[in-house]
Amino acid sequence: MSEGTLYDKVWDRHRVTQLPTGQDQLFVGLHLVHEVTSPQAFGMLKERGQEIAFPERTHATVDHIVPTGNRDRPYRDEAAESMMAELEANVRGSGIDFSDPDSGDQGIVHVIGPEQGLTQPGMTIVCGDSHTSTHGAFGALAFGIGTSQIRDVLATGCVAMEKQKVRKIEVTGELGEGVTAKDVILTIIGELGTDGGVGYVYEYAGEAIEDLGMEGRMSICNMSIEGGARAGYVNPDETTYEWLRWTDAFEDDSEGFERLKPYWESIRTDDDAEYDDVVTIDGSAIEPTVTWGTTPGQTAGITGPIPDPEDLPEEDRDTAWRAQKHMRVEPGDTMEGYDIDVAFLGSCTNARLKDLREAAAFVEGRKVDDDVRAMVVPGSQRVRDAAEAEGLDAVFKEAGFDWREPGCSMCLGMNDDQLEGDEASASSSNRNFVGRQGSKNGRTVLMSPIMVAAAAVTGEVTDVREMEEVATV
Amino acid sequence: MSSPEFSDGEAPAEKVTEVSGTGIPVRGNDIDTDQIIPARFMKVVTFDGLGQFSFFDQRFDDEDNEKDHPFNDGKYRGANVLVVNANFGCGSSREHAPQALMRWGIDAVVGESFAEIFAGNCLALGVPTVTADQDDIEALQDHVEANPDAEIDIDVAAETIIYDDAVIDATVHDAQRKALVEGVWDTTALMGANEGAVRETARSLPYVPAEHIPGDEA
Ligand code: SF4
Repeated sequence: MSEGTLYDKVWDRHRVTQLPTGQDQLFVGLHLVHEVTSPQAFGMLKERGQEIAFPERTHATVDHIVPTGNRDRPYRDEAAESMMAELEANVRGSGIDFSDPDSGDQGIVHVIGPEQGLTQPGMTIVCGDSHTSTHGAFGALAFGIGTSQIRDVLATGCVAMEKQKVRKIEVTGELGEGVTAKDVILTIIGELGTDGGVGYVYEYAGEAIEDLGMEGRMSICNMSIEGGARAGYVNPDETTYEWLRWTDAFEDDSEGFERLKPYWESIRTDDDAEYDDVVTIDGSAIEPTVTWGTTPGQTAGITGPIPDPEDLPEEDRDTAWRAQKHMRVEPGDTMEGYDIDVAFLGSCTNARLKDLREAAAFVEGRKVDDDVRAMVVPGSQRVRDAAEAEGLDAVFKEAGFDWREPGCSMCLGMNDDQLEGDEASASSSNRNFVGRQGSKNGRTVLMSPIMVAAAAVTGEVTDVREMEEVATV
Repeated sequence: MSSPEFSDGEAPAEKVTEVSGTGIPVRGNDIDTDQIIPARFMKVVTFDGLGQFSFFDQRFDDEDNEKDHPFNDGKYRGANVLVVNANFGCGSSREHAPQALMRWGIDAVVGESFAEIFAGNCLALGVPTVTADQDDIEALQDHVEANPDAEIDIDVAAETIIYDDAVIDATVHDAQRKALVEGVWDTTALMGANEGAVRETARSLPYVPAEHIPGDEA
């Protein structure tokens, strides 16, 4: 059993009592809500005649179904309109803050929490969304929950959970040129497997992690769930505090900031903490990494070969064969040169300002390949506004990208942004499951934002290290 | 399993000690929740009617013609025990996945391993997720394919799966077993009973201002 880790400390601080099931009842410090997984929970609450226990610890936004083009109400898609209307009705008069599109604060739930300073170290954070793990980047204990658990949280401010094991993943050394946080997490999942983290919480540590800014740490924690770990976190440090200091929560409240800082420091993992498992990965050996298959664990370095399923552990072979058939790739080849039809720069993994800046630097002065449909979907309205203030939208549009309104978009294809037929996409999102981007024959290659930019320009999966960064925006 | 007067699986936590019925095998590792219920069917505000969309893209081609899939195969009609392989239910946390399966008629899922959020979501519906060794699972899948009418008995308390002459040594996660067997899987009611302690915990956290704790404002 782990001892003295951030996970242990935050757990203990939030533990209310033990339930008859043997699970712990944990107080939830922040409950984030979006339109897809919440309506049934609000419905159940109403059926039982219960009230929302902690409306002011709850925050809602709309992201999954929201159109990224024309946003006039009612939305053209009736189903989307009815989900939006349902969410509005549920939060209206409830005391729940709602970052709706008129507020200028709307965006993907895992982008807006951190940017508004809602996400803070030492909190427990839940949302009916598996990528809630993102918020762990701030040293919060953050995990996705199902709709029945959303009802639990709405009604009681708590979740029932069992404590898990803690695996420290230490990424040593310095990342190479053209290598980003996304490549780190794709490598980790490739090595540990999509179910390697089941039963564990991941603590990301080591020089390569500490050197990352908050955006990179978020990309890594975001994909913890793709490795089977429901939560992942990075211990808070000066980088974390620097981000927090300028969020809505503290920009006018330095007193509040100073008052909370000792708490944040106190929940950091102790130097002599004990872990259930420790894995070390050499960060300096990581290449730009992409997926060749249909799970986020089927990855290869850009110059590395696609594996022969026969060489994989027996339980992985079948999935690998099917994946290679679907993707139309051959063992022994590299992914470099794989033709793409769509370039998608977006999602809660990689649609923050820094991601857009870095991608723009490769796009400026170049043109999107004639056969590629390319789009940028900023993670939030604030990201969009900041990017526009810097002229990034102009850079992307000039190159031939479509510049869209914030939302989940083609990450899961619940609005009009979808792959068609067997199109292949270079995507900065987090899931390459069959059908994920809206077409069941569609093919998704996951990669970093700068790799998406490179692919958009060349029309094929490209080693970004071979391209010159044209401009520093 | 769920009583008709409560929707959304909200039977007042009945005891689930055993599940019996016929099986349906869905083979393959890493079957994610996007496959169990594609996102486009989630544009709904209730879970009603999701059952028919279970595994939709595996069952129908682009022209909506039926493809080979156990959920299309008449011989498994009425089956309520789903038999799967490893890491079933990975990916998105959507409760729509177990809801769809439950509404299709599944009362229990047996497999080599399950993604955690999926297993938790099943528990919230009173649907056990039972694990066993790879060899045992594959033998059970073979058996169900050859004998779709054969009865399978899952004993949640004793952690066994019995079919034909075989007794499989299975595992039901401790907390899940306790919750199902004792009928304490309605966590809303369980936790709601501890309101005082919840407030105390909230008050002890430096980041929760008093005005966020209803009743504490003054
Ligand atoms: S961007 Fe994608 S992964 Fe993130 S919350 Fe939206 S749908 Fe989920």
